[in-house]
Amino acid sequence: MPKLIEFSAPILTITCFLPLLGAFWIALFTKKEQEKLIKYGAFVISLVDFVISLPLVYYFDPSTHNFQFAERYSWIPSIGVTYLMGIDGISILLVMLTTLLSAIAVLCSFAAITERLKEYYVCLLLLETGMLGTFMALDFFLFYVFWEIMLVPMYFLIGVWGGGRKLYSAIKFFLYTLFGSVLMLLGILSLYFLHFQATGDLTFDIVKITYQLQISRDVQFWLFLAFFIGFAIKVPMFPFHTWLPDAHTDAPTAGSVILAGVLLKMGTYGFIRFNLPIFPEASKMLVPFMVLLSVIGIIYGALVAMAQQDIKRLVAYSSVSHLGFVMLGLFALNPQGIAGGLLQMINHGLSTGALFLIVGMVYERRHTRMISEYGGLSHQVPVFTVIFAITMFSSIGLPGLNGFVGEFLILIGAFQASWLYALFAVSGIVLGAAYMLWLFQRMMFGQITNPANRNLADCNLREVVYMVPILIFMFWIGLYPKPYLDMMGPTVEKLVERVNHPTYQAVAKKSQGTEQGRAGTVQRVAGKANPEGTPMRAKVNSPQLSGDPAAPLPQVSPASAGHGNGATGSTPEGRR
Amino acid sequence: MSQYVWLIPLFPILAVLINGLFGRKYIRDKAHYLAVGSVGLSLLVAIGIFIEVAFLGGGGDYILYPWIFSGQLSVNVGFLVDPLSAIMLMVVCGVGFLIHVYSVGYMHGDGGYYRFFTYLNLFMFSMLILVLGDNYLVMFVGWEGVGLCSYLLIGFWFEKRSAADAGKKAFIVNRIGDAGFLLGIFLIFAHLGGLDYHTVFANAHNLSTGVATAITLCLFLGAMGKSAQLPLYVWLPDAMEGPTPVSALIHAATMVTAGVYMVARSNALFMMAPVSMATVALVGAATAIFAASIGLVQNDIKRVLAYSTVSQLGYMFLACGVGAFAAGIFHLMTHAFFKALLFLGSGSVIHGMSGEQDMRKMGGLRRHMPITFLTFAVATIAIAGIPPFAGFFSKDEILWQAFSSPHGHIGLWLIGAVAAGMTAFYMSRLVFMTFFGESRVDEHAAHHLHESPRNMTVPLSILAVLSVVGGWVGIPQALGGSNRIHAFLAPVLGGHGEAAAHGAVVHHPSAVAEYGLMLLSVAIALGGIGLAYQMYLRRPELPARLAQRFPGVYAALSNKYWVDEVYLYFIVNPIKRLTRSLWKFDANLVDGAVNGAGWLTLWNSFTSGRFDLSAVDGAVNGVGTLITAGGKAFRRLHTGLVQNYALAMFLGIFVLVSIYWLS
Repeated sequence: MPKLIEFSAPILTITCFLPLLGAFWIALFTKKEQEKLIKYGAFVISLVDFVISLPLVYYFDPSTHNFQFAERYSWIPSIGVTYLMGIDGISILLVMLTTLLSAIAVLCSFAAITERLKEYYVCLLLLETGMLGTFMALDFFLFYVFWEIMLVPMYFLIGVWGGGRKLYSAIKFFLYTLFGSVLMLLGILSLYFLHFQATGDLTFDIVKITYQLQISRDVQFWLFLAFFIGFAIKVPMFPFHTWLPDAHTDAPTAGSVILAGVLLKMGTYGFIRFNLPIFPEASKMLVPFMVLLSVIGIIYGALVAMAQQDIKRLVAYSSVSHLGFVMLGLFALNPQGIAGGLLQMINHGLSTGALFLIVGMVYERRHTRMISEYGGLSHQVPVFTVIFAITMFSSIGLPGLNGFVGEFLILIGAFQASWLYALFAVSGIVLGAAYMLWLFQRMMFGQITNPANRNLADCNLREVVYMVPILIFMFWIGLYPKPYLDMMGPTVEKLVERVNHPTYQAVAKKSQGTEQGRAGTVQRVAGKANPEGTPMRAKVNSPQLSGDPAAPLPQVSPASAGHGNGATGSTPEGRR
Repeated sequence: MSQYVWLIPLFPILAVLINGLFGRKYIRDKAHYLAVGSVGLSLLVAIGIFIEVAFLGGGGDYILYPWIFSGQLSVNVGFLVDPLSAIMLMVVCGVGFLIHVYSVGYMHGDGGYYRFFTYLNLFMFSMLILVLGDNYLVMFVGWEGVGLCSYLLIGFWFEKRSAADAGKKAFIVNRIGDAGFLLGIFLIFAHLGGLDYHTVFANAHNLSTGVATAITLCLFLGAMGKSAQLPLYVWLPDAMEGPTPVSALIHAATMVTAGVYMVARSNALFMMAPVSMATVALVGAATAIFAASIGLVQNDIKRVLAYSTVSQLGYMFLACGVGAFAAGIFHLMTHAFFKALLFLGSGSVIHGMSGEQDMRKMGGLRRHMPITFLTFAVATIAIAGIPPFAGFFSKDEILWQAFSSPHGHIGLWLIGAVAAGMTAFYMSRLVFMTFFGESRVDEHAAHHLHESPRNMTVPLSILAVLSVVGGWVGIPQALGGSNRIHAFLAPVLGGHGEAAAHGAVVHHPSAVAEYGLMLLSVAIALGGIGLAYQMYLRRPELPARLAQRFPGVYAALSNKYWVDEVYLYFIVNPIKRLTRSLWKFDANLVDGAVNGAGWLTLWNSFTSGRFDLSAVDGAVNGVGTLITAGGKAFRRLHTGLVQNYALAMFLGIFVLVSIYWLS
């Protein structure tokens, strides 16, 4: 069972709620006419939030799978709800991605959004808080609150500032996701009561429920499905994907960027955080089913993308294909697959986020998203061409750029699960190259045929400024992914071990009274006052946060000690 | 010296960064200083390393940094310096440098001058990564990188639709091969536990034949894509849309030989899989003769050379397939010299002819372009296989190995020999049509006809010298040589499977056969040249009459066996149709179900509203009015209702389930 390790400052809370404070400030203390103040204020807030989140990386201890920067406060003790935040190797990168993309999303809206500025930036900032909270929450109740909060601003972003059939798309997005969420809520409550029954402990604590609650296979199966619907819609997996092209197409640029970059990751994050560790047996049982849907998603998404006439729709369907890769990696259930899936979540956020930004740039200039309206732009807008080309190759998975590392890990993981999975998935790589290159050719190459494109302006400084960080990350992850893989490594290893050989914390059944006393027993580590100067080192040997100290803590069963046995199943000996 | 190997790819990539970032605004037509200079520096380091490896026994594995790792997978970025990579370094840097110099003259005045050199340097970087990588994944990085540069450079004049199309085609066809390569990599990791050459080759002998066959066939699929073998060769002829120096560097001398390099590098794996070896040999031989036959009737000077390249690559694979990996690499090297020369020569012709590529509009050019003509003739003799020019030694060795190696077969030799005759024929045809006979040049072009500038002719001359002497490192023992290149490559490629080194001294039982075959292949080459002389200089009316006599054959050849058309109708178009129908399926059926569910809920809520209205209204009037108002509100907000209904439903279920569990 992972421990909760506290930090000297409530850095997660600050990161999470700073945008909310900013939203209040904009809503209450600015006037409609102060457009510049609102714009730059929102940008400064999101930028500061990104800067505040940087210490998370600096102080993150990549050698452990424990939850770090943990914060716990009692919230609604009568039903065991606590305010519990913490991040591990799975969530830290997603948190960073969120703060980065949020700042970029604000910056990219400066020219595009001219109406209801105030409400718009309030929505964006609110959305950021929702997303960050979802990734940080370690209490089911808290998680669900953030999860639902997130929907509202997104709904308004599409419905108010969108284009095309924006109302239809917004409602479809909202209802579809809500439908899934409700099933998930059902699952959460079941877990809550099951856990209460088993331990007498009334708690929504995700860590405790995950590692203390042993569920029978049948129940695992049904609860897995409840969560599955919720997350599969969010990912989206085939055949739950049809809200995505509509929502993407009709959302404003920033909405699409956030939607593709972060919101879709909520689904995959849910699978990795809940489905795999809480329902290990069901996960293993349902691998063929999950892989089938993933592979269909990969190929189907790519094929449908190829037929699109609308750039945004094409990118949206490409997301279906890419997220298929992520899901394939997760359900390969080995370290390579899961690490690859996790990394690909980040990669997709960067490359598809960038693609939507690029579409946004041409849309702002020409107010059309039809591919046939463009052609031959290359000569006219050289800087744009370079940015677009790099992004395209990142999305295709060209070695040297980020997409390749993720795809490679996913495929090599999938291959070890079954060569058949990899065989089908590899075809997605060929198709991926086809539709992206074709898009690029139709937009950028040839002669300018449409006179409207003759005076197209190249990227301005603001656009370059928000694209460059993304491009830097593309090269960085592609050329030197070590820091990223390091951060997720131990968590991924533990997760794989967990799924393949689940062990449960033995807990003596207690009366309800003990619960309240436990809130706040998080172990304290003095971050800055550490004599060694490296606060990460000081975190070893911290006592188990919860659970009876007298009870044995069999974290690793003998059978699973030393991976390679069943956990990875990939040693040369094991294979032959 | 070897420890500085990382400098070799570093110079070009630095030039890429500088030219790429500042070329458009500041450097513009001075981009070549950096571009040529960086490759020159790389060449100097490469020469140093080559000397060290060849004479001082240097070399080794130099790991730069850990790259991808997860679980048991760990891949480093590292460079391997050994005889094989040393030879490849010399070929890539040497020929690359000459072509860079040539490009300064050829691309002079082009609007995308800086862009051209940026791409070209990026190509050098990727190609060097490909040959230097110490594991399959780094090789794959270079592999994809050269593919990218090929895409960018084929489509260099992207305003031309055909150029943009050709670039895309090259990339996608290559991706099919790459998918195979990737699967091969996965198989290697799954069965050998690592991707670095050292681990893989040290444990290769433990593989079962079946696994080894699967691995090598997957790898070979990658090689087929990159090296334009049947049936994935279709992109290479179209790639001629790129500027001619690109054709010379990428689509003749270096990139397309990457597949041969990869197969030779993996020789330990291929030797474990007889079926794969046979496949490689057969595909190589079939490609050699297939492409050569198309080359017989093409009229575009660059297309002839393109099919010739495909055919020559077939020879290299034939060599690998019969276990003569060293012979394959030897031919790779000599081919790089004379084929680069041929392409650059054709570029010089095209340059002089103001862009004309149709040989029917040339003729008699030798008087106007003496240096181009002379060097071109040298390369033609070399490729035709006349001793003592370079091509003779390498090609003859391949034919001999095809005949005598334990993996060989007389049928393979026969195909190779016939293809060699065709090669001699179409190359002489090209020379005769271009440089000899009556001038068919139109007046406009004739007016501008000129020899190319020095910075183009000097590289031609150097390559011409190499096309002669380049083969002397592999003179067989039967001719009194010592076949140095074999001894040099033996540590990497081993001696396995080859027939006892080419005519092992005189008392070898088949010495007579070897001399006989050698003479025969020279005779075939001379025959091909003679036939071309007859048909295109002595009796120029003959080709047309032959074409009339055998219209079917002629049509098949000149239409390249309709392979492109077949691919279009049986693969490309069906996929396009599939994508469109899938889209309809998605919009109507998958999304239809979602919308249908939505409407159903709406209808449900609406009818329940009605029921409420009529049932309760009768009972309580006051409440009735209230509900009427509510109903109106509901109708306006009807979509918002779904969540309430869903929520109510699930809360109900939840309560029931909880009661069930709690009781």
